[in-house]
Parts: sequence; C-alpha cells; structure tokens
Amino acid sequence: MTTVDEATAPALDAPGREPGGRWRRFRSRLTPYVVIFPGGLWLVIFFLLPMIFMLSLSTQQGSVVDGYSQVWDFGTYSRAFSNYHDQLIRSLEYGLISTVLQIVIAYPIAYWLAFRAGTRKSLYLFLLLLPFFVSFVLRTQSWNFMLADNGFILSWLKSPSIFGWHLPFHLGQSFHVLATTPAVIGGLTYNYLPFMILPIYVALERVDPRLIEASYDLYATKFRAFRKVIFPLSLPGVFAGVVITFVPVSSDYVNAHILGGTNNSMIGNVIQNQYLIVQNYPTASALSFILMAVLLIGVFAYARALGTEEVLEVAAR
Amino acid sequence: MSQIPQDPALFRGMTQRRLGRRSMLKASAAGAAVMGLAACGVKGKAKAPATQAPDQVAAFWKDKSQHGHVNFANWPLYMDPKKPELAQFTKDTGTTVTYSEVINDLPTFFAKIQPQLSAHQSIGYDIMVITNGQQFKDCVDLGFLAPLDHSKMPNYTANVAPKYTKEAYDPGNVYSVPWASGITGIGYNPKYVTTAPTSIKDLADPKYKGKVGMFSDTEEIGVFALLVVGANPETSTPADWQRAADWLKAQRDAGIVRKYYDQDYASALANGDIWLCMAWSGDIFQENLSTPGANLKFQIPSEGGTLWTDNFTIPITADNPVDAMNLINFFYQPAIQASLTEYINYITPVPAAQAIIQSDAQKATNPDDKATLEALATSNLVFPQPADYANLHYYRTFANTTERQQYNDIFDPIVTS
Repeated sequence: MTTVDEATAPALDAPGREPGGRWRRFRSRLTPYVVIFPGGLWLVIFFLLPMIFMLSLSTQQGSVVDGYSQVWDFGTYSRAFSNYHDQLIRSLEYGLISTVLQIVIAYPIAYWLAFRAGTRKSLYLFLLLLPFFVSFVLRTQSWNFMLADNGFILSWLKSPSIFGWHLPFHLGQSFHVLATTPAVIGGLTYNYLPFMILPIYVALERVDPRLIEASYDLYATKFRAFRKVIFPLSLPGVFAGVVITFVPVSSDYVNAHILGGTNNSMIGNVIQNQYLIVQNYPTASALSFILMAVLLIGVFAYARALGTEEVLEVAAR
Repeated sequence: MSQIPQDPALFRGMTQRRLGRRSMLKASAAGAAVMGLAACGVKGKAKAPATQAPDQVAAFWKDKSQHGHVNFANWPLYMDPKKPELAQFTKDTGTTVTYSEVINDLPTFFAKIQPQLSAHQSIGYDIMVITNGQQFKDCVDLGFLAPLDHSKMPNYTANVAPKYTKEAYDPGNVYSVPWASGITGIGYNPKYVTTAPTSIKDLADPKYKGKVGMFSDTEEIGVFALLVVGANPETSTPADWQRAADWLKAQRDAGIVRKYYDQDYASALANGDIWLCMAWSGDIFQENLSTPGANLKFQIPSEGGTLWTDNFTIPITADNPVDAMNLINFFYQPAIQASLTEYINYITPVPAAQAIIQSDAQKATNPDDKATLEALATSNLVFPQPADYANLHYYRTFANTTERQQYNDIFDPIVTS
C-alpha cells in the first residue's frame, strides 16, 4: 500500500510543482506501472511461478522416492486424457447442466429482488447470503444428513403411512438420492447459486426505469417490455454469472466426493487423488492444464457465440 | 493363556483407518529391505541383507543419550484418550511423553515429513506409527528410519509373537516393531442383510444394488479384487491386476457399488446408507460402541482378508531416540498391551496379553464390562488362530516405481470413476 501512496501522490501534486522537468514527466509515465506493481508481483509469485513449475512438472518423470527428472515427456498428457476423459467430459456436463439450472433458478430471484423487493431489499439480500457464512464443506455435508437413505426426508417418503393415514404411494426401500448424479448436480447448483444471482441482480438493478416506461408508452405489453428491454439489458449479468460459476463448478470436487457415488467423480476429484493419494505429480499437473485449456476454450467460445467481443470486460462488470 | 498359537495376538483393527493405506509389504522376498539408512539418498533403494546390520546399529546409537522426554506421533483414536499407559510410563521411568494424533492418512503425512527428512532435519517426533504400506517402504528405501537397537528392548525380545519377527516388509524388525494389526474384511448391517455374507462375491450380489461400499484405497481394493478372481495378491502379475480391475468395473457398472469410501463408511453402514462393505475390523467394534443401537457384524470372507500392521518407527533424525526405544520397550509388557488392546480392540503383537484380558474379565464386576472383555479375549479378530492367519493376505508390494505406477494406473480409474 505504501508503494501506491508514494507513487500516486506526486502525480496528484504535480500541478503545484515547477512545470517542465523531465524527471517529472518520467515519474508520471512511471506511475501506472508503480501502481500495478503490487498486483503484478502478486500474480507473478502466486500464479505465474506455480504455473511454470507445474507446466515443467507435467513433462517430468519419476516418483517422490526416486526424484523427478525433466524428460519432456508429453505422453503424460495423452495417457492422462485417455485414462480420465470420462471424468473430464462429465465435469463439463455437470458444469453445463448446473449452470443452466442456476440461471433458471437465479433469474426470477434476481428479478424479484431488483424490481419487487421494495424497501427490504437489503434484508433479503442478506438472508440470501446468510447460509454462505457457514463453511462450504459443512453445508454440503449437511445435505448428507438430510438426504440419508433413512434420514428424516426419505424415511417419510418411504413409509406406507404417516400418522395413521395410508399413503397411496411410497418409495421403495432401496430408493436413494445420495450417491446419484442428481445429488451431485443439485449440490453444485445449490452451492454456487448466489454467484449467479448477484451479477444478474446487479445488471437488472441498473436497468434505467425510464427505458421500461418508454416501452410502455410505445404500447408494449409487460411481457414484451421484458423481452425487448429488460432481458437484453440483463444479459451482461447472466454472462458474468455464467463465467463466475461455470468455471469453479466444473472443477469442483467437494460435491462429488460428499454427495456422489460411483461414476460421479469429476475431474477435480481425479486431480486431488493424483496429487495427494497416488502422488503422481506429473499426471496431476497434466490434468490441471488440460482442464484449464478446456475451460478457457469453453469460455471464449461461449463469448464468441454470444457475440460479445470483450469477454473479460463484460465479465468484470 | 489358553491356547497361544504361534502368533498370538490378533488384533482388531484400528480405529479409524485413514485414507490411504498404501501398502507394501512383502518386500521382494528375501533380499529385501534394509539399511538404507544413512543420509537421505534420493537414489534410493538401498539394499542389503535384511536382518540386522550390527555396525549400522552401532554407528547410529553410539553417541545417543537419554533426555527424559519423547515426542510420539500416532493416528487418532489409537489409545485411550486418558492415556493411562503413557502416565504409567512417566511414573515408571520419569520420562515425559508428548503424544500427538497427527497421522490421519499416510500419503499426506509422508508428504509432510519427506522434505525435512530428506534434508536430514528433525521432524519433531521421535516415534511415528507407520502402516506396512507403500510409505513404509519409501521410508526404508530413502533411509528415513533409524535401525532399532534390539538390546534396548528386552521386553520385545521376550514377548513378541514370533510371526512378527519374520514379516516380509521388515524381516528381523530392523526398522520397526508392531504397534497393532488389523484385518480388512466385510462389514455388514444385519438389519438389512439377513444372510451373512461369506464371500467377496457377495459384495457384487445384484440384490444389494446401490447398497455396497468399497474402499477407495487402491491397495485395499486391489487385494480384494485379486482374491475374488483367484490370484494371490502378493505374487500377482499385471495381467491379474487387469482381470481384478475388470471384476471391479463390472461390479461398479452394474450399479452395485454405491460409493468408494475412505473413512466415513462405518457411520453410513450404521445408518443404512450402505448394507455391506469392505471394512476394518476395529472400526466395526468401535462403531457398535459409539452408536447406540448399532449391531454391525464383521466377517472375513472365504477367499481371505487383508492383514496390515501399524508399526513403531524412529525417524533417523529423532532428537530423543533413546527415550523412544525405552517407550517401545515399555509398550511390550503384556500388561500394558492388554490395557491398550482393551481400548483399541485391534490385534496385539504380544500374545501374553490374552491371559491378562481374560483375568481382567474374571475380575470385572459390571456384567457389561465382563461380557465385553470376555468377547474380546476370545475374539478371533483380536486373537486370530493360525488357521485365520493362513487366510489373510498382504498388500501387493512393488519392486520399483514403474510397477507401482502401473498398478495405480489400473486401479485408480476404478475408484475415481
């Protein structure tokens, strides 16, 4: 922080100083670089260096015991892909389905918050975020208790009668929700929902009410006003929400681990397992890069398809 | 001491098994292990004849002295929380003990200590309990373990079951002596499983579709699958691994396996999420004790089960190795082993503990305690008979990392499906 203060202060004071000096011009040209220096340093140390290290690791061979040596073995990539492409594709599927579900659920909530919540808006926003003050893992684990095969939800649905009433329909004893694909996708959707609601809410909130009034003046119906005015103006929010949620959802491993069963592992589980359990660092690194490449391509293709040129700018809004 | 077969003790299994018990065992037969000690060779694989190498022992111990304190790293739930044995040790010898339950799974623990040990720095522990798995072998190969001075542990020499002096992962107990052993078998909930499972094949019975739990650990699941396809896990070939993996894949793809578990299977078994599963003997006993109404059962399948041993080891850089040896020696008294076994319910390496548990049972005044102790003293899972041992197998050990990797490449895609 001090760096920033020192750097910016002279620039602001500049008008009060003697005009002219080359030193002054040099300093003001330098200022932006000085200002971004801490952020840049941060990126270099905590992002770029580890990336280079991992990239190098992914082409090495060896083991923890024998040590690793750099042999430029790019075969690791193809072996990793052929062993784990199922999980990779599944991760993208889950990410896609979950993202679409989130849009469907989040949009009406965001709309209501932006246009109908009235004076209590901030209270509702707070309530929306309240569960997220609890640890991610704990929240997911609590679904495990609720949805257990004989837990308090399913045991009711499985019993033939409740309080003496005979039910026309009940579930079989072996019916279960946990350890299924819907459980994992449900967990992903639940855990990342606020990250979809908030950007859409912000976009809707920014829609100028005069534009909506104008559309009514031009005899638009409510639906048409929504379709032609509100919805297009909220699209950048949806775009941002998709980028913010699709990427972490696709690489998540907690939900699949806690709520999933067999044939539910995502690529995040594989990477975690390769790093920490099998300790096959090259494969783990290679898989991380494959995932990164696929996600980057996916996000840019999405931006293209949507006709958005300046992807990151929109996402950052 | 009723019948003490040649190897008496049996165990019960550890309490919480952790994530990864990589195994190792059965080092390549005869010439295996040994003496990698010195330094931290990365090149590794030191080899020398197994049993003692007296000069290595002498070289390590000659300038070591007693300090009156020892730091002990162990797994969680592996000793009575009140630590009566450690209090007794301090009373007897004046040596204080810092007991840390820091080992939750071996791959992670190994990853943590490996850089320090490679740099020949102290890791802050004088004793660590390591399972006879892959990490044990790595520690030996990398020279991370101090050779034990058998002259400092007369109780061990006097009381240990002969079986434990010949284990292939450390013949002659050069680097390790057992803390406790356990068995991997089938755990089931009789509330849902009415006919007791007898075979590993029961874990693939379509009537239990979606209700079967398997271990995610590749060494564990590999042994079971190799047994069911008729291969001997210890001498299995890559072709056997492939057949075993195919069996597991068929079991999984038929929707029978609900999930591959690491540690959280016992509660799932108790609450009915799964009906039967691969399980560690001691977990089942503990779950029954800790969950009211749980009446889980444990069965060693007819094809065989897996025997693993957790071992006392002293890191080569230990600050207080002499005190560590004294503590190990202390734990080899039959009375201390009996007290430990009564709490953890795993197999003790000291057969004489059985008679003490029996006499404790007779002395017990509370009928519940009495029944529990009697069951313990006569349990084949805690005091296995020779015939039981004949049916128990070890994890596959690998001659080199290529082989290990090949094994993992076959089984890992099964469990991370």
